[in-house]
Amino acid sequence: MSMPKKMKDHAVRHAEATEPHPEAARKQAAQGKLLARERITAILDQDSFHEYDLFVEHKCSDFGMEKKQLPGDGVITGTGTILGHPVAIFAQDFTVAGGSLGLAHARKITKIMDHAIKLGIPLIGINDSGGARIQEGVNSLAGYGEIFYRNTLASGVIPQISIILGPCAGGAVYSPALTDFVFVVDKISKMFITGPEVIKTVLGEEISMENLGGARVQAEMTGNAHFYAQSEAECFEQVKRLVTYIPWNNRKKADAFSVIPSRSEIGLEHIIPAESNKPYDVRDVIRAVCDGSDFMEVQALWAANIVVGFARMDGRTVGMIANQPMVLAGVLDVDSSDKAARFIRFCDAFNIPLVTFVDLPGYLPGIDQEHAGVIRHGAKLLYAYSEATVPKITVILRKAYGGGYIAMCSRHLGADFVFAWPCAEIAVMGPEGAANIIFKGEIAAATDPEAFRKEKVKEYTEKFASPYVAAANGHVDAVIAPHQTRDFLLHALEISAEKQELRPERKHGVPPF
Amino acid sequence: MTPAQKPARQTIRLNDTVYETTFTKKYAHRKPYQPKDPSRLTAIIPGLILTPIAQPGDQVRQGQDLLILEAMKMQNHITAHDDVTVKAVHVVPGETVTKGQLLMEFEPLPDAL
Repeated sequence: MSMPKKMKDHAVRHAEATEPHPEAARKQAAQGKLLARERITAILDQDSFHEYDLFVEHKCSDFGMEKKQLPGDGVITGTGTILGHPVAIFAQDFTVAGGSLGLAHARKITKIMDHAIKLGIPLIGINDSGGARIQEGVNSLAGYGEIFYRNTLASGVIPQISIILGPCAGGAVYSPALTDFVFVVDKISKMFITGPEVIKTVLGEEISMENLGGARVQAEMTGNAHFYAQSEAECFEQVKRLVTYIPWNNRKKADAFSVIPSRSEIGLEHIIPAESNKPYDVRDVIRAVCDGSDFMEVQALWAANIVVGFARMDGRTVGMIANQPMVLAGVLDVDSSDKAARFIRFCDAFNIPLVTFVDLPGYLPGIDQEHAGVIRHGAKLLYAYSEATVPKITVILRKAYGGGYIAMCSRHLGADFVFAWPCAEIAVMGPEGAANIIFKGEIAAATDPEAFRKEKVKEYTEKFASPYVAAANGHVDAVIAPHQTRDFLLHALEISAEKQELRPERKHGVPPF
Repeated sequence: MTPAQKPARQTIRLNDTVYETTFTKKYAHRKPYQPKDPSRLTAIIPGLILTPIAQPGDQVRQGQDLLILEAMKMQNHITAHDDVTVKAVHVVPGETVTKGQLLMEFEPLPDAL
């Protein structure tokens, strides 16, 4: 073949492999879904996508598969950049055999994963697949297993992002579950282990796909998803924004941005009501102290009694964790402990300092909580904070009682700096409860028990419901005015930038999963 | 003392195969799935009703306060999830409520036209 002929042949082959099947493409569009290739283009910087393994073919010769040509075997893989940050990416193509996963399909994914791990760049996976390619039998299961294995090896080494843009069911859904951040889109994402039909035959219960494992369910009820969007376009903007906050890999720090002063720090005194039983939105406090009042919340819809997310201080990424008095009084419970612990471990793995804002009445009492294993789940939070060796800075805003005080990155769990506002109340429990217990006998014996009780509550409040007892014991490093918060945080973060903390040698810890 | 009873064998059908097995207590007592009814407001946490702000017949906007539920040392503002009309209020100030107790019922707003 002459050179021009070879060039022409290449162009034809390329076109055959990349042009979507018109009927399948029409079906995809009818569901409000973009094509796999369009999705990659929408996420990556213009013209930055470089595709590999376009001409990979499956080797299955059973059930008529030998006659079927599947372009790229139903998955597109490659590398590119997002706002200049390098990423490895794969996108399952639902228009090719329903995005079903066969061995060649899986090997393309594991190859790009191996690249990402070796090169130290984040991995983005777009899931849109009907599941295992039944014709390939156990080989398709092997493919899943090899992906899960690499997800686990990559965990804590490179950031892994999963975008669910279609069905992701059965074993397949364990890959996203092993990654760091899962994005879902309303009406498009469907995640479950067993679908509505199986549930109907086994249990006789009827439920729609949307109510079983739709985007809203995953973002609000199960906590499986971290980011929820109304459309694919909105989802891609969220992905791009997240990538700016996280480093390439665990050997690096996240890129620094130019410093934008906070917008509303002056108002800090006015955000928190003086009465400790009045709610407020703790995100206002976070926005008041971080650069440009720009805060990217993670898992905003699930376990909203704790707020976690990324912000910048002096241009550097910081992980923020805060009790949310506006929701369930800001208590710690099964879900909020789980949510915060996972976020803390991500930050610690990727060199992102932790800033914790404390205002909580404690752990949520209740039979359902105890029976749901709040002991084990609550312990995850203690474990995650204690284990973290990144700079840990804590600001006690208002209430810090009992076990909740200890759990929220207290000095005792290794916080590098603990600051408290003058309105902080750091005590073993709330004044009412404490007075009732300490003076139980005296209250009962008093001529006017209620008056005596009130007097003792007041006495306790004055003596212990303040930051000064904790400060006198060195558990709090400084009692600061609210308007000094940003300054103290910036300084603490700056001087802890080179922090090193060595731990006893071990293979790995055994957290209370 | 009675000896531990041998659990009764049950069957379960998975992928068109019937398996003989025993059930866990949790499985045997599971409640069928009930989708959340947006016309009913139930207590998210046990506590004390301080002030019902909304009254029957009130038309409320999404995010507007409906009542204050004091629990865990906090006056929790319970807000409307949507634009609705308050149909009934089932609690009075000073009432202690349990988790899941029905507090209010709603109906859709009458059409603006």
